[in-house]
Amino acid sequence: MLDASALDRAHALTLWREMLRIRRFEEEAVELYSRGAIRGFLHLSIGEEAVAVGAMQALAPEDAIVSTYREHGHALARGMPAQALMAELYGKANGCSRGRGGSMHFFDVGRRFYGGYAIVGGGLPIAVGLALADVLQDRRRVTACFFGDGAVAEGEFHESMNLAALWRLPVLFLCENNLYAMGTALERHQSQPDIARKAAAYDVPSAAVDGMDVVAVEAAARRAVDAVRADGRPYLLEARTYRFRAHSMYDPELYRTKAEVEQWKRRDPIVTFAAQLATSGVLDAGERARIEAAVGAEVDAAVAFAELGAWEPVEDLTRDVYAAAAGERTR
Amino acid sequence: MTRVTYREAVRAALRRALADDVRVFLMGEDVGRYGGAYACSHGLLDEFGPARVRDTPLSESTFVGAGIGAALGGMRPIVEVMTVNFSLLALDQIVNNAATLRHMSGGQLGVPLVVRMATGAGRQVAAQHSHSFEGWYAHIPGITVVAPGTVEDAYGMLLAALAEPDPVFIFEHAGLYPMEGDFDEDARPPLHGACVRRAGSDVSVITFGGSLPKALAAADALATEGVSAEVIDLRALRPLDTATVLASIAKTRRAVVVDEAWRSGSFAAEVCARIAEEGFYDLDAPPVRVCGAEVPIPYPKHLEDAALPQLATIVAAVRGIAQRR
Repeated sequence: MLDASALDRAHALTLWREMLRIRRFEEEAVELYSRGAIRGFLHLSIGEEAVAVGAMQALAPEDAIVSTYREHGHALARGMPAQALMAELYGKANGCSRGRGGSMHFFDVGRRFYGGYAIVGGGLPIAVGLALADVLQDRRRVTACFFGDGAVAEGEFHESMNLAALWRLPVLFLCENNLYAMGTALERHQSQPDIARKAAAYDVPSAAVDGMDVVAVEAAARRAVDAVRADGRPYLLEARTYRFRAHSMYDPELYRTKAEVEQWKRRDPIVTFAAQLATSGVLDAGERARIEAAVGAEVDAAVAFAELGAWEPVEDLTRDVYAAAAGERTR
Repeated sequence: MTRVTYREAVRAALRRALADDVRVFLMGEDVGRYGGAYACSHGLLDEFGPARVRDTPLSESTFVGAGIGAALGGMRPIVEVMTVNFSLLALDQIVNNAATLRHMSGGQLGVPLVVRMATGAGRQVAAQHSHSFEGWYAHIPGITVVAPGTVEDAYGMLLAALAEPDPVFIFEHAGLYPMEGDFDEDARPPLHGACVRRAGSDVSVITFGGSLPKALAAADALATEGVSAEVIDLRALRPLDTATVLASIAKTRRAVVVDEAWRSGSFAAEVCARIAEEGFYDLDAPPVRVCGAEVPIPYPKHLEDAALPQLATIVAAVRGIAQRR
């Protein structure tokens, strides 16, 4: 339960607004997908917003982020402009990756957002390497690496935890446990479904937190990041959360019951936090309407920006395959 | 100019790179205390310390991926994957991350990573330790694939690779490590571009890496019977220097491509396709391939020898095509 006296009012509203930005952005993306403006895969984090927003509060601008193919929320919470993200969903040249990556591959080097990795587990070694580069160059930074419960079954999870611990690298391993590896439930793919406990095998400190509670996630992430910064060692934080929508845009959801989904929706992080804020007098109807309107306007502006964006010229198809001029190395 | 082994040339390049650039570090399985599975890094741990010569766990995917991450973070990593056979465990990092990040990020990221590995057969280590997959890697846009076949290239291509802004994969044929050759530490051969290792007029023998000494020996043998073979060392598989190949074909009008890998889908097939596409009307005979037999490489010497291009098979192929009109 929220302790309003302990929580700065403005910060509380920021947390709520940031979660709402992700929700509205993704809801709009669903509409655009239905209209055909967005194609390909579209993995939504609706229901999981508290993890992205809570965790990102603990990270400084000089820290690095490595993410997954379900990374719209991470990118927005990191401060990447909604416009550049929406344009990326469109595949336009004004997208954050020039439109080349789409939903699964957001990049923003300026904000040290090192990308969405779409092979499960593939980002973890990258995070280890970024942290190694920091250590070798005497920079005291943290690299935060998001991944899902599905990645825990990949060898790279175990290899990366081991290597980061062995070499004392400042990596925050942040598991967004939404209970399903695509359609395979956690207890159907893990002999030990308590993910946080796995860290002990690598002598890595860990904690689990309620991923539907943004305040709890922020507090846990701050403890974790403080530990990483202080000790220069990795930490595993498991946020237990739930994906309200399909794995990608559509799936028949044969692997879970509607009742289960409805039960989790009662713990919607945005709805429950709004109720707490209302009860404690932080969020009244007027303030709520103002935030809703501002977020709606931001999403509308993002869509307009994407619509107006140009397509990358076909002549640039092979640009940036290598740093050399296009075509020089393409055969 | 001194005589050194290929192994010593690799070690000299590693030492030079570590000494010249604080961003360079070496990591891989047993590169430190053990001195490298092929002794290429022997002594470097003592010289440069454990921060820069790093023994890794047997976690190929993660230490190759960490090399990519460290490159993104401003370092110039040299990752030694002990052999190409083990690189299969790191394929996802190579194919999906190292090769894609610059393009997929719209040009924001670059991965200045050098990965070295031993490749090839011929040492009676059986099917799982005898692969030649450099042709597979050459399939992938976004990376550069080189196969030094001389002592000078073993040294110079590693240093040239470190100057590249994108990932470079160096395939060192395990059979070449004891080979001696001339060595000039100031020589700086380019990273890619084929070259004529022996000039000739009757047949072009096109090869790379571990098959280069065999092709040169075959050319010597053929000369005694009056056949003049020109030996082209491709040096790099990606980018492939088609122009040098075509110029040679225009002169000799006959091509034999030697590649230790299995024939089907081999790099030799790519070379032949380019010759057919761009040099067809220069040819007096169909191109010929001398490749590995399509079997898991067997342990006994007589069977392994039979599975690989040999001096005799190269000589026979060249002799055969030289006689065709």
